[in-house]
Amino acid sequence: MTLLGKLDWSAVPFDQPIIMGTVGVMIVVIGSILSWVTLKGYVPYLWREWITSVDHKRIGVMYIVLALVMLLRGFADGIMMRTQQAVAVGGAQGYLPPEHFDQIFSAHGTIMIFFVAMPFVIGLMNFVVPLQLGVRDVAFPTLNSISFWLTASGVLLTNMSLAIGEFAKTGWFAYPPLSELQFSPGVGVDYYLWSLQISGIGTLLSGVNFVTTILKMRAPGMSYLRMPVFCWTALASNLLIVAAFPVLTALFAMLLLDRYLGFHFFTVDAGGNVMMYVNLFWIWGHPEVYILVLPAFGVYSEVAATFSGKSLFGYRSMVLATMAICVLSYTVWLHHFFTMGASASVNAFFGITSMIIGVPTGVKVFNWLFTMYGGRIRFTVPVLWTIGFMVTFVFGGLTGVLLALPAVDWQVHNSVFLVAHFHHVIIPGVLFGAIAGYNYWFPKAFGFKLDERWGKAAFWCWFVGFHLAFMPLYVTGLMGMPRRLQHSDVLAWQPWLLVAEVGAIVIFAGIICQIVQIVVSIRHRAQLRDTTGDPWNGRTLEWSTASPPPAWNFAVLPRVDGLDAFWTHKQRVLAKQELPVQQHAYRPIEVPKNSPVGFVTAFFTVVTGFALIWHIWWMAGFGVLGAAVTLLAFMFRTKDEVEIPADEVALFDRAHPVEVSL
Amino acid sequence: MRICLLALSLTGALLLGGCTEGVLDPKGPIAFAELQILINATGIMLAIVIPVVIATLGVAFWFRASNDHARYRPDFVYSGRLEMLVWSIPLMTILLTGTVAWIGAYDLDPPKPIASSTRPIKVQAISLDWKWLFIYPELGVASVNHLTIPVGTPVSFELTSSGVMNSFFVPQLAGQIYTMAGMVTRLNLRADYAGTYRGLSANFSGDGFADMHFNVDAMPSERFAQWVSSTSSAGLVLDSKSYADLAKPSAAVTPFTYHSVAPGLFDTIRTTSMQSDAALCRSYPTSMRAEQ
Repeated sequence: MTLLGKLDWSAVPFDQPIIMGTVGVMIVVIGSILSWVTLKGYVPYLWREWITSVDHKRIGVMYIVLALVMLLRGFADGIMMRTQQAVAVGGAQGYLPPEHFDQIFSAHGTIMIFFVAMPFVIGLMNFVVPLQLGVRDVAFPTLNSISFWLTASGVLLTNMSLAIGEFAKTGWFAYPPLSELQFSPGVGVDYYLWSLQISGIGTLLSGVNFVTTILKMRAPGMSYLRMPVFCWTALASNLLIVAAFPVLTALFAMLLLDRYLGFHFFTVDAGGNVMMYVNLFWIWGHPEVYILVLPAFGVYSEVAATFSGKSLFGYRSMVLATMAICVLSYTVWLHHFFTMGASASVNAFFGITSMIIGVPTGVKVFNWLFTMYGGRIRFTVPVLWTIGFMVTFVFGGLTGVLLALPAVDWQVHNSVFLVAHFHHVIIPGVLFGAIAGYNYWFPKAFGFKLDERWGKAAFWCWFVGFHLAFMPLYVTGLMGMPRRLQHSDVLAWQPWLLVAEVGAIVIFAGIICQIVQIVVSIRHRAQLRDTTGDPWNGRTLEWSTASPPPAWNFAVLPRVDGLDAFWTHKQRVLAKQELPVQQHAYRPIEVPKNSPVGFVTAFFTVVTGFALIWHIWWMAGFGVLGAAVTLLAFMFRTKDEVEIPADEVALFDRAHPVEVSL
Repeated sequence: MRICLLALSLTGALLLGGCTEGVLDPKGPIAFAELQILINATGIMLAIVIPVVIATLGVAFWFRASNDHARYRPDFVYSGRLEMLVWSIPLMTILLTGTVAWIGAYDLDPPKPIASSTRPIKVQAISLDWKWLFIYPELGVASVNHLTIPVGTPVSFELTSSGVMNSFFVPQLAGQIYTMAGMVTRLNLRADYAGTYRGLSANFSGDGFADMHFNVDAMPSERFAQWVSSTSSAGLVLDSKSYADLAKPSAAVTPFTYHSVAPGLFDTIRTTSMQSDAALCRSYPTSMRAEQ
């Protein structure tokens, strides 16, 4: 059995009907999708146009598909937890034993943060940033593909833990000593660590890519203060990624050394110190919150400006607020452990810095408000999500300031009050923004709008469901209910937990509405078709090209001479009362060549990760070697660009004129 | 609209808290002061947040595209005065709540002794897998999963863990503090009313975590003295051997007591879980510590 390390048939939880049922359904679904794709002969198309694509738009779409699929998994975990807590009161033990329940809440947190929120915002940035900057791709297109596939490897490994072995039972931040070998001898923590190490490298590479793109590749004339606000928030977010993710990688490397080679960074004995882990985890963890929320703020800014028919109010103020948040996010991490016994001065200092970061955030809310003031607001789906965000998020901010008060934090830390708080900022803050962006840019990506009615239904279900699901947790949190409780004996909590359960069901209805929205939109795509490239009367450059844009984005790179470049252009045309005559001198355009290197590397990293988790050393060596050879082979390529002839560019451009309705 | 309802229900919940146990029903000075801070800060912020929410909904409704009465002002995109206002409103709020934070962090600092004419009673709390051990070093008794304290007397805790990190928390008496192996954290609290309060571990510590709660019995001094004498007259002995038995993982342990405790046991638990520097040097003679 040594050939397969720790792996044998006992790794498959045959005795767990819930897990085996889920695995069975997953196998059936994935199997039928794969066979449908194969039978229909789509495999070459998928390989050519998607899997090996290095086009930032395609990669962006794949990131978002990944996020949406993982949202289903993460939500399934969430509703299982809610159900367990709602029924396991008094003497009842519910339907999930502790060893299963503990994996579920750990997987829920890990998946929602790393494999839903992260890919969603990175996907939006991928799709939108180069288009808004008026350029043809990101700085390193193949690296971008590698980043995506590494993220996908992490996702695959995490989901494999469902069928083979187990996932971490430590909570999503895996605090030692609980996550050390002594207390977690199984493979769960190893699944957690290797999945996140692999996807973390992908995220870091993405960060480098986007910082470079935004700093070095902008359309002629687009100075920093002419960049759309979404690009600013993307810049801030990626700067944070570049600075924060190495900390996480180093931290997990230390825990891996503890677990694999008997080091003592965080062990109970031999001078290990758990406080170092907690400290380093949140030095990554708090900036991570802003990595997620800043791009969402960018989406809200774009949506508010576009649908109010106005420029964003106080653009410079917004840029300043964004960059202030970017810097300040590194000064607050200690508020995650006021309860660890630091001195009063330390606690007071970090309490106040945590509140200060609320100032630029508050400024943003006011500026969105003034953007709407004097506008002509069209209540489309993205606007609903934006307004829903504004009125909800301020309360989440309120409870955040409460948690920043050390004296209050001692009373509600680690309770479901805390759970309610961070869902109160992450769901309206990040997820609402991501869904707003998804509805907003969908017609740009696919050439047809999403159905409005189902979109609105989804919004209302999410909005109502969110409040029903999380407001009761504030109450039970104040009643003294800690988080991660598999069962409880306090009957007074149960009514509130039942309301929360109803909320989760209403959110589920919202998710169903979103699935129906996609199906209905695809079926009615002829009516929803956007032929103009500018379905919302947009302001920024992504709307100045066709929907969906060609591989080269812009036939001729736009010249930018102010904010809201496309809007200004349209106003000029309207003022002259004539359409500009299209007489570009088209040139051949070089676009990056497709490359399977991302997919192949990811295959080998999955093999490596799996082998390391199960201590199958020969296989780990094979995986590392395979990945290294793949990358080496890629480095020796002779041709990495394809030339699109000028005629083809001209033909496409003339067939898709940008329309300005007179 | 929904949001107003929400705000109402949130405040309603705070009011309703008067008749529920937990943070909203403090029974001692520390928890009481912490609740005061919570209420004050909530009040300060609601004064800003509620108008913002109403303004957002009002502006969004009035400036809807279909409203012909609303004036379209596409050039209203900057105003120095408004920017000034927009930055100062949150700043002022933060000045207020920041002051509250500062004062609270010092006044209610967990290791800070509670000013009192009566001498505090010492308790050493140890989190084990998955139960709590409370040692009364001055009284020579100990109890598992049950804490008995006198009303009106400050209780001064030293806390550590046998392994995994936990968080000692009695919501109605004081905020929580982590217990960590090899380290001692400190917490002070006082119960001003007799009664039974729920205590728990707030930090997830493994499979038996859900049962890691205990009752705190706050009783008048005379009754407490009776409890001490009856406890010390009969029961088990807590020494390193019986501690080793106790430390084995078990969940939902029915409370019981020890009639005598080996002196210095708490320090032994703290140091053995971590090993002293001397032990470390012996096992790793080439380490940097040994060179010093």
